[in-house]
Amino acid sequence: MNDMTSEGPMVEFRKDLFADERDDNLNEVGKPTRRQDILGHVTGRSPFFDDHLFNGLLHMRCARSPHHHARIRRIDTSAAEKMPGVVRVLTGRDVPVNLNTLLSLLDFGLDDEPLLSETKVAYIGEPVAAVIAETEAQARAAASAVHVEWEVLPHVLDVEEAIKPGAPAVLDIYPNNKFVYHGKYDHQKLRYGDVDAAFRGVDHVVEGRYQMSPIEQAPIETCGAIAAPEQNDRYVCYTSTQALFFSLGTAAKMLKIPSSRLHFIGGTVGGGFGGKVDSIHEPLAILGTMLTGRPVKYAWDRAEEMQVGAPRGAERWYITDGVMANGRIVARKFIGYFDAGAYTRLSSYAIIKGVGHLPGPYTIPNVYADVFCVYTNRTPATAMRGFGITGVDFAIEAHMDKIAETVGMNPIELRILNAYRDGDMKAHRREAKNCALIECAQVVAEKAGVTLSPEFKAATSMTGGGGARAALPAFTATDEDGRVEGFAATSYAKKSGASSAPVPGAAPASRPARVQASAQSPARPAAQPASPPSAAPVHTADPADKKPARSGAMRFSSLSGFRRR
Amino acid sequence: MTVHKGRGFAAINYPIGMNLGGDPSQALVHSNPDGKFTVALSAIDLGQGMKSVTRQIAAETLGVPVEDVYVDTADSDTGPHDMGSFASRGTHRMGNAVIRASEEARQVMLEAAAEELEVDAGDLVTDGKGNIHVRGAASRSITTMAAAQAAQFRQGRTIAGRGIFLIPLSEVDPETGEMSPVTTFAHAAMLVTVEVDDETGEVAVTDMQSAYEVGRALNPKLVEQQLRGGAWMGMSHAAWETTEPYYPTRDHRPEDFNTYIMPGPGDLAPHHISILERPAADGPYGGKGPGEMCANPVLPAVVNAVYDAVGVRIDDLPVTPEKVLRGIQAIGGAKPRQAL
Repeated sequence: MNDMTSEGPMVEFRKDLFADERDDNLNEVGKPTRRQDILGHVTGRSPFFDDHLFNGLLHMRCARSPHHHARIRRIDTSAAEKMPGVVRVLTGRDVPVNLNTLLSLLDFGLDDEPLLSETKVAYIGEPVAAVIAETEAQARAAASAVHVEWEVLPHVLDVEEAIKPGAPAVLDIYPNNKFVYHGKYDHQKLRYGDVDAAFRGVDHVVEGRYQMSPIEQAPIETCGAIAAPEQNDRYVCYTSTQALFFSLGTAAKMLKIPSSRLHFIGGTVGGGFGGKVDSIHEPLAILGTMLTGRPVKYAWDRAEEMQVGAPRGAERWYITDGVMANGRIVARKFIGYFDAGAYTRLSSYAIIKGVGHLPGPYTIPNVYADVFCVYTNRTPATAMRGFGITGVDFAIEAHMDKIAETVGMNPIELRILNAYRDGDMKAHRREAKNCALIECAQVVAEKAGVTLSPEFKAATSMTGGGGARAALPAFTATDEDGRVEGFAATSYAKKSGASSAPVPGAAPASRPARVQASAQSPARPAAQPASPPSAAPVHTADPADKKPARSGAMRFSSLSGFRRR
Repeated sequence: MTVHKGRGFAAINYPIGMNLGGDPSQALVHSNPDGKFTVALSAIDLGQGMKSVTRQIAAETLGVPVEDVYVDTADSDTGPHDMGSFASRGTHRMGNAVIRASEEARQVMLEAAAEELEVDAGDLVTDGKGNIHVRGAASRSITTMAAAQAAQFRQGRTIAGRGIFLIPLSEVDPETGEMSPVTTFAHAAMLVTVEVDDETGEVAVTDMQSAYEVGRALNPKLVEQQLRGGAWMGMSHAAWETTEPYYPTRDHRPEDFNTYIMPGPGDLAPHHISILERPAADGPYGGKGPGEMCANPVLPAVVNAVYDAVGVRIDDLPVTPEKVLRGIQAIGGAKPRQAL
């Protein structure tokens, strides 16, 4: 299956590797079958959302904030309403439930973002009114005639500036511009072993600071939706969403309408890359249809796609590694900041994903991470290809080369030396299996003509792991840094913080704050507080103050019954 | 002016599916009276080939030719719930749901065939070409069409199946981060060659050598397309694109492809791809998701290669000519290393 060129094969399948783990005699799987929808695509006949142009279709355009951060004193739509072709101008008052967070469907996080903002804006481009008109040009003209009286507020754009005392509050509901994890901490922790103790015994400490740039998903088809009245008091919505039921559930919640009255159609989308999960267009287009009785299209133009559409967010990572002279990494510490922009969207989730990924594909006996979801006055960030992983992988792999230089090793050999193997314990306390990092490194080295020493050439993911490498750390240093009060735990949190998976040799835990893997653990350093400030269940006295009622909206987690209380 | 060549390496793994589970997918499969199958989903085909890969998985499991299967997605009136196409979850989660739905439908199809052939359903096999026959006795056979017609019009059976795949939600320990993030990991390694112009600071990626481990290449052409496109995106992210070149300031704010710069076809480097397949225990036919991880190794490999070429470490993406030139100035001229 090799396409040969003068420079060698462009694609090769290394069927020789892991051959005994695979049955290659299948009928359809493994065949280069032509795609089901290719004829429609190459002849321009595949129906995308924007091909459903109903008679009498109305067009929606939003009036947006020109400021990074401002209070809204007054929105005057009277001039816009008198413009030619204008059918209706919507503001936040027209949205039945004008506050949402995308992951409320998973019961994760507090509702923080309006569909149309009424009191305050927190980024340039934030929508405050939606004009519905007979033509797109008329809607565009009228949107610019919406008059808003602004009171400009101080803004903050850098993640580390945003968490300093006295920084402007981007979102009122989270303290110090930081998302709250598990109702308890202003960051997500990873604690495995004791990095500080390990640093004291290493030959080298290698430090680095890495900045991940924000980028645009840049799909060819910009985000959009077309809604229309359907028979029997229902609404149909053609959409470019990447997640049909996320968008349907979000629309049902914000429009206070049962899902049985919504008919969502999509599935053929002109590229997404993560930028089409935010479910903004569907509720607005359907609301327009509900209030005008006519089909309504709401889609971004390219400028909006790039500046209003949520990009991959910026991330900043600090890595400190403790390394032995032979290249073994024995301690790795991360401090990470995700720039969520003005609202949470999915950044909170990406951090948990990223923390579960640390310290990368390497077996390191001591790992520590504090990762913060930080609000700034920029366009909210959202998912993009590799969400939660791409940024930290950039940091880790740039850092690995610094380590290779520090200890004078071939960088590929350094990766193989530290690579995780089948049976190793990972920092999130689960065993590694089905590993193949070493083999990938070896294949590339061979192709590129990088000579590996016999030891590294002979290494495999299938042997050399487990045993002592499967053991949990004898002692893990924990702390209560970043504790917050007054928040209820929601999804992704254990009720009391106690470990659900049994830790070998652990004493029955009555306190959540320590994990001890064996009786012979060394005593804790004196700096450790004698006991956590509070071992009682997380304070839940005022969740109603923090969390608007959900009006019986769809929730995947509760519906599926896997939210544990 | 001198153009310096450098090489850089990176290796990564990638978690497949929504972190912590809790992201179910469902599928429904049914037969028409003539033995052709429809698969109803709510998955999204973003161009990655969602319809095609689920179609192949359904055909494989049902034991019928791929032409006899059509995938219909995403209509919320007919397709059951799915979390969506993101997090490299489509092939893994939905592929498993389709397998389960297809297995249930296949069982009814075999029972219908068994009744017609007067044999035990457990003795029947499919040949993948539209026939069902007794194992070891190819002449005792019935077409899937005849079996479907018999089921529908004589036996009163429904050749249909339901499937769901759910990894229950894992909780996270607030104190230690203990969690079950995902069950399956893909892998990759990448070596890139760059040329750095020490007068202009321009960086060109001139060659890419990669190895990607994808569990199983369910459709090798679709996998290649993902890897090629994804690596291109990674290269662009490393050395071309950003919405905010002077982060954290927001002054630039590109609004079109004249001010948001991406490489064109002439900027693409030859990419030599090796595909490794170590099947995942819970992947559909062992498959993982190649969709996201393909971009990730390129970013660090490019900055590592720039250092190899001129001795300048760029820890802030993207690599721009300005940063390269300032870096060269700061170290008093290019310091080629060519260590790899």
